[in-house]
Amino acid sequence: MTRVFGRPAALADVPTHYCPGCTHGIIHRLVAEAIDEAGVLDRAVGVAPVGCSVLAYNYFNCDMQQAAHGRAPAVATGIKRARPECVVFSYQGDGDLASIGTAEIIHAAARGERITVIFVNNAIYGMTGGQMAPTTLVGQKTTTSPRGRDAALAGYPVRMAELLAALESPAYIARVSVHNPANINRAKRAIQKAFEVQIKDQGFGFVEVLSSCPTNWGLAPIEALKWVEEHMIPYYPLGEFKTVEGAG
Amino acid sequence: MSERLLMKGNEAVGEAAIRAGCRLFFGYPITPQNEIPEYMSRRLPEVGGVFLQAESEIAAINMVYGAAGAGARVMTSSSSPGISLKMEGISYIAGAELPCVIVNMVRGGPGLGGIQPAQSDYFQATKGGGHGDYRMLVLAPASVQEMADCTADAFELADKYRNPVMVLGDGALGQMMEPVTFSKPPVSVSELPPKPWATTGARGRAPNIVNSLHLENEELEKLNLRLEAKYRRMKSEDVRAEVIDCDDADVILVAYGTMSRVCRSAANMARSAGLRVGIVRPITLFPFPSEILSELAKKGVPFLVVELSLGQMVEDVKLAVNGASPVQFYGRTGGFLPTPKEILARMESVLKDRSQAPCGAVPER
Repeated sequence: MTRVFGRPAALADVPTHYCPGCTHGIIHRLVAEAIDEAGVLDRAVGVAPVGCSVLAYNYFNCDMQQAAHGRAPAVATGIKRARPECVVFSYQGDGDLASIGTAEIIHAAARGERITVIFVNNAIYGMTGGQMAPTTLVGQKTTTSPRGRDAALAGYPVRMAELLAALESPAYIARVSVHNPANINRAKRAIQKAFEVQIKDQGFGFVEVLSSCPTNWGLAPIEALKWVEEHMIPYYPLGEFKTVEGAG
Repeated sequence: MSERLLMKGNEAVGEAAIRAGCRLFFGYPITPQNEIPEYMSRRLPEVGGVFLQAESEIAAINMVYGAAGAGARVMTSSSSPGISLKMEGISYIAGAELPCVIVNMVRGGPGLGGIQPAQSDYFQATKGGGHGDYRMLVLAPASVQEMADCTADAFELADKYRNPVMVLGDGALGQMMEPVTFSKPPVSVSELPPKPWATTGARGRAPNIVNSLHLENEELEKLNLRLEAKYRRMKSEDVRAEVIDCDDADVILVAYGTMSRVCRSAANMARSAGLRVGIVRPITLFPFPSEILSELAKKGVPFLVVELSLGQMVEDVKLAVNGASPVQFYGRTGGFLPTPKEILARMESVLKDRSQAPCGAVPER
């Protein structure tokens, strides 16, 4: 008998705290597979953010640091500069990366830090109970935009991948989604590339992953995946925004 | 073989850090400490180290967190407004029990304040500063030589306790030039004791986690109690103070850093005028030399605390003295340094009050 499917070595064998239907689990698995397949588990160091994935340090089977809200790219910079032989990644949500941590992500990208950033965009603050995020869509109802996000009051959602792709230094910038198997496969490839540009010392790698939040969106898991496709992707187009020659 | 060099205080900090095995520095420009990052940007690449100018003090302290968590000797420096920005990160560093060195070349505040020397960050440095129940070990040098010595010691103490250590200077100490002797041979980075808890890649061992989050009450209280035990150990093993001529003193001056130098001149003037003046100069502000002061207070000798603030360390002196003898205060702010004459006049009024008022009933200021 051949084993065709199993738990990646980079994923700890523990239950997670994520809500039913949340796509963090899929994204964790893709990151873990990328680490396994690159053969870098014993030199990987991850940085967990503040937000839903704050406990990611319990879920990845490698050395981990937990960072203050938004500061993961700075913490990752410190690790990488101290230990250039390590493969360093941060795993951050949209409140963490696109709101409180904008300075840290922009400057880590601008310096071309040899780190890999996994940015999980679910258009809402999940852990704190569903408040408006910088990525919340116009008209989207949250606990702090109860009548829907009003562009006149709160402006328009931030497209981080495009924003970072405007910088000279980054080696790889992509946006992917995990709402169906075909897109999960594409997401896997993008995450692999974002690690490869680090491992090959080509530069900064960044993957924005559109993710669902059934609990705080008030949708059933399958409806939430549909909502990603019908509402998020039109505003957040998928694709590679920046690659270097020989990347991936 | 020792080397004697003429250096600015800020440069002495940089050179001492490198000799102590610091190979990473993360900083952001702010007056009056810019010579530290400038020195590090020049020197660190020469010894295979990394100087990185961060996008903010907040980023810099979080880079320190990452590098310290990865097991490196690492330093950042700033001045008061910048140190306020670092406080979030320092709280996390204390919570995650990471060793690092933070230099504060204090300038006057609040807010943007000024750029002249001050000691108005005493509370922030010694009482935690950021959120949560934590302390930094705080060293207060009073000369360029001590800037170098305290910086070197700061790295040892940080590693000893797995705790952030602050070197608390001021604009004057950073800018003045004095001779410095580096008597110890430079630390060999490869020979530093290993840090088995650091995130260096989990090769042949279980993963290490650097973290300050403890959602279970039991776990968080356990951390707080462990930190408290650490701070108690600092109090029993690493209190430092200079005690000068206190045995038969009529009055004892208490001052640290730059202010203690002016107090020395004032004490010399007073002695030639026939007054017996002692000085207690705390070198560690946390742990505070409380026992030294409480012992001296048993004789009922009055204390005059002199600071470049409107009274911060004086609170710790009063706690130590606990009413056993009178404690008076004199301070200047805004970048002014009290002159020896001003201090002498104040000492004379302390002694006059003493002859008129019973012990403990002396007016505060």
